[in-house]
Amino acid sequence: MTTQVTPGPSRVHVRTTINGNAHEFLVPPYMSLLDTLREIVGLTGTKEGCLDGNCGACTVSLDGRIVDSCLVLGAEIDGKSVETVEGMASAEGLHPLQQAFLEEAALQCGICTPGFLVASKGLLDNEPAPDEHRIRHWLAGNLCRCTGYDKIVRAVQKASAEMSA
Amino acid sequence: MHPFAYEAPGSIDEAVALLDKHGDRARPIAGGTDVLVQARANRWDLDAIVDVKNIPELTQISHYPDGSVSIGAAVPCYQIYEDQKIRDSFPGIIDAVEMIGGIQIQSRASLGGNLCNSSPSADGICPLIAYNAVCHIAGPGGDDDHRDVAVEDFCTGPGSNVLGRGEILVSLVLPNPGANFGAAYERFIPRNEMDIAVAGAGVSVKLNDAGDTFEAARVALAAVAPVPLVVPAAEAALVGNPVNDATIEAAAAAAADAASPISDMRGTIDQRKHLSGVLARRMINKAVERARG
Amino acid sequence: MVATFEPKSEYKVIGTRPIRHDGLDKVTGRAIYGADIKLPNMIWGTVLRSPHAHARIKSIDTSAAEAMDGVHAVVTNADLPKAENKMVDLGEGATNLKWAVDNILASDKVLYAGHAVAGVAAVDRYTAEEAARAIKVEYEVLQSATNVEDTIASDMPAILDEFVGSPGAEESGHANHVKEFVHEFGDPDSALSDADHVIEAEFGLEMVHQGYIEPHNATAVWDEDGRLKIWTSTQGAFTVRQQVAAVMQLPESKIRVTPLEIGGGFGGKIPIYLEPVAATLSRKAGNVPVKMIMERRSVFEGSGPAAGGKINLKLGATKDGKLVAADSTLRMEAGAYPGSLVGASGMCIYACYNIPNMRITGYDVLVNKPKVAAYRAPGSPQVAFAIETLIDDLCEQAGFDRWEFRRNNAAKEGTRRGDGPIFPRIGMEEVLDAAKETDHWNADLGEPSPGRVRGRGFASGYWFNVGLQSSVNLSLNDDGTVELVEGSTDIGGTRASIAMQAAETLGITAEDVNPTVVDTDTVGFTAVTGGSRVTYATGYAAYNAAIEMIDKLKVRASLLWSIDEEDVQFEDGVFSSKSDPELSIGFKDLAGKLGDTGGPVTSTGSVDLEAAGGAYGTHICDLEIDPETGKTDVVRYTIVQDAGRAIHPAYVEGQMQGGAAQGIGWALNEEYYMSDDGVMANSSYLDYRMPTSLDLPSIETVIVEVPNPVHPYGVRGVGEVPIVPPVPAVGNAIKDAIGIRLREAPMNAGRIVAALESENGS
Repeated sequence: MTTQVTPGPSRVHVRTTINGNAHEFLVPPYMSLLDTLREIVGLTGTKEGCLDGNCGACTVSLDGRIVDSCLVLGAEIDGKSVETVEGMASAEGLHPLQQAFLEEAALQCGICTPGFLVASKGLLDNEPAPDEHRIRHWLAGNLCRCTGYDKIVRAVQKASAEMSA
Repeated sequence: MHPFAYEAPGSIDEAVALLDKHGDRARPIAGGTDVLVQARANRWDLDAIVDVKNIPELTQISHYPDGSVSIGAAVPCYQIYEDQKIRDSFPGIIDAVEMIGGIQIQSRASLGGNLCNSSPSADGICPLIAYNAVCHIAGPGGDDDHRDVAVEDFCTGPGSNVLGRGEILVSLVLPNPGANFGAAYERFIPRNEMDIAVAGAGVSVKLNDAGDTFEAARVALAAVAPVPLVVPAAEAALVGNPVNDATIEAAAAAAADAASPISDMRGTIDQRKHLSGVLARRMINKAVERARG
Repeated sequence: MVATFEPKSEYKVIGTRPIRHDGLDKVTGRAIYGADIKLPNMIWGTVLRSPHAHARIKSIDTSAAEAMDGVHAVVTNADLPKAENKMVDLGEGATNLKWAVDNILASDKVLYAGHAVAGVAAVDRYTAEEAARAIKVEYEVLQSATNVEDTIASDMPAILDEFVGSPGAEESGHANHVKEFVHEFGDPDSALSDADHVIEAEFGLEMVHQGYIEPHNATAVWDEDGRLKIWTSTQGAFTVRQQVAAVMQLPESKIRVTPLEIGGGFGGKIPIYLEPVAATLSRKAGNVPVKMIMERRSVFEGSGPAAGGKINLKLGATKDGKLVAADSTLRMEAGAYPGSLVGASGMCIYACYNIPNMRITGYDVLVNKPKVAAYRAPGSPQVAFAIETLIDDLCEQAGFDRWEFRRNNAAKEGTRRGDGPIFPRIGMEEVLDAAKETDHWNADLGEPSPGRVRGRGFASGYWFNVGLQSSVNLSLNDDGTVELVEGSTDIGGTRASIAMQAAETLGITAEDVNPTVVDTDTVGFTAVTGGSRVTYATGYAAYNAAIEMIDKLKVRASLLWSIDEEDVQFEDGVFSSKSDPELSIGFKDLAGKLGDTGGPVTSTGSVDLEAAGGAYGTHICDLEIDPETGKTDVVRYTIVQDAGRAIHPAYVEGQMQGGAAQGIGWALNEEYYMSDDGVMANSSYLDYRMPTSLDLPSIETVIVEVPNPVHPYGVRGVGEVPIVPPVPAVGNAIKDAIGIRLREAPMNAGRIVAALESENGS
């Protein structure tokens, strides 16, 4: 999005926290949170897959709950907190899920990976030791076309074991 | 998508004023999981989206001393299924809110939105009918402009309902179902998640104290008619009759008979009629099981 | 003469599981995919598409769109260079240039719902989409057809006028029914009439989509000197360059294509769709960059499905279980332009077996649906459904054991493939043997859930694996690490599998090789990432480059030691003198002395390989069915596949599992569901039901290694075979569970219930 005036209603003023950092910007009222992150904030780790809430590639955490960012308006995050894949690693290194995805070869093309990582973190943050069925159930809103899910499930199990060890 | 403004009123009065002002060119959103998709598909050209999540009455769950519960129209699915009292007293509602979309959708989508979207295949509507739920609706005419409509009377066609210009669904009230009552909802989908019902059945039964006779029943079917379909013939086949396979089969047959579906990419007429009978039977059995505790 | 290699049993790098080189960027969100690029002054484009399946365009009025605030350019077919009606080679085979251009933006007619009609560029994506709605197109709707029967009906007009009166159409009787080939060997008619057991059936499949999660995208801009720069997610940057050059009528040297990270392709990201539109919009908007992302609905409606179609198959066997004859007619839906890939179907249909008398007749059938693109072993899953199903039924009819019959008739070295080639060393027998040894094969079906029934099926499949051209450049750093530059876009871990082959050859670790995928200016021609060719062919190019680097380093060592270069040998990562045991230096140490011996060392490798033998897989499927609803759940699944040599076993397993998952979706639920007016009614992930994580069990894998003798490390390629057996394996399991044979895919709940009800006479 350039600074050239876009047609339509005026932009909305948003103050929000993204990956722990304060952000303030103007956003077109009809712009999705997905595009807001990608085009205004400049975080392109969150991916577009379908724009109708059926693939989970755009999954982010909004005030601690995972959501499809294509079905949230950027204007809605005023005063809220958003976590994206870019916020998972810390100064100490990768999040255990990121490390497990690498070690277990849980990604092929990698386009769904940010969504799976954020969704998986949403699970393990609340349920440290889910069984395989629960993992598969929780991740059913995230489509992967490359892996057949097996190695993704193994990676989540591995991260779960390491985080609770 | 027509560029729309974003409004986030903090009160019902402000919300209904906005909706009244824009008429057909505004829609309320709670989770936005239907409205934003439809706006993007150019189903409507909207001038404004009215986000109702800042309105207290629409975002609360209230349990009353008489055992009834009021669920704000914008309460997301996860808050409903994480509410232990609703889990204990209204398991048929839990059946539905745990299956709408996936986890991401359940973070946002609301039962009220599911109802206002008024899709015949909605998972939330049949169980609301089974619990005899009532819609509290506010209108643009000030404090006195309120009305109650039974959920079963709410939808008027695919995507249409009784809400008039400026009206907003505030909450859904589920009366205390009382003793010896059970309800359940199930749908058929070819996958295990993330699908729209090919057909669904929401059922409730009230048994006598001995648990061997149906005293009351509700049978509602999803995705087999222009609106969620209440089947009085199936209810009549149960009420007053003994709880046994013959009674339940008769009610299931009535459900299959009442279904008047279309064929589309999700299923055929024959498949949906057949599923209506199967699901009605299974849900009657499950409701009986729950009624017997 | 093709070089052959003796397989080694032990390697240092090959067969290990290092972390892939691009992994860190991909788990932290830093990897730049096609949609992530942002250039100065960039604007956004979108495409207006046809709502009609078949219509003549009477007029296009773009004035209202052009007048809208924020709109920079609107283009139609008239803005593209005028395309002659002539055949051109676009890398993926010859095609008519007019068809290629018309599929980018329609000229006189639209041939499918979703066919691109106009492009718009505007300040942002939302404005562009609104402007596209303001374009007024007047259509004269024509009769349309979206399946084989309807499209050859006598009243159905020709979809492409070029086929009216063509020889193929004359022979088949309809301009939409274009005959491609007949392969015949032996005497199939006599052999069938003499056979003790004969069985025949018709099989039907619907189109399916590759389903990659990343939508198509393209960004284009013209330089001041008239050079076109394109950034896109593609399986082949050079193939994009070739296609864009043809459509835009530019020399290839005037185009630079930069392949960004790609979010899945499976064959569907070989054709171009958006690139010429973005380029034309850029020019019209004043040479600013234009970025386009295809919306999901258009991905389904406007990009690469795999062919559906009808397959008639007849098999004959002797009473002692010898498969003696086969005759098949394949009528595969090509979409609106020729190219169903029925030729590949013909190559694969009998390839698992030795059949001495055979015929294959192939037709390309034009229908008002999007033009077919490659999809993972294109053409093979459809015919596997036919033959692996019919073999099960033949065995049941004749009382043969299903495994023994397959094993006794299995293809092996020297067997003739249906279309003519004689097989070199292949692994079909080994795969069948290994399948029989799996835990799964030897385990009970287990108890079904209450009210449900279980069944088990198995099936085999083949893919020929292509070779083609690849180029690799290596440069040696003074710390002994190596930069590897390749033209093969990495869809699933091939940076790792290529780097590992270079590392093995150079005697260094996988981590010491830094692979980079580059643009078309920066490396030699490299064909698409597809056909299971990258680890085989680009890996071979990396091997050649590494051998050249070692040869150059031998010279450097000889200079260092002032000895003859013939006296230098290289083994286990160490250069040494054959004559003087005192003289030896490790690879990394020598790399540090390049400045003393003549400067930097670089090397290149390039190959143009023949297909080599191909690969086989056998899948075992257990499933559970609710007979009342038709709900089917796969409860256990095992894949056995010959990889030749697994370079990175974890990614070999991943390819096998991913292919099987797609095949299971194809078997059970996925399809193009067309409305009566020819529009895809399920063009979303909601209703195009790909498997979710909850729809699949853990998928077990067994890698068989029958090394490919014409590859230095025995690689065969692994990506495609695993999608071939699932449709018949699932179908055979359904038959086992409910006793009913389904011959139409998808074998969905509706079909299962309908079959059970008709069986029960209700």
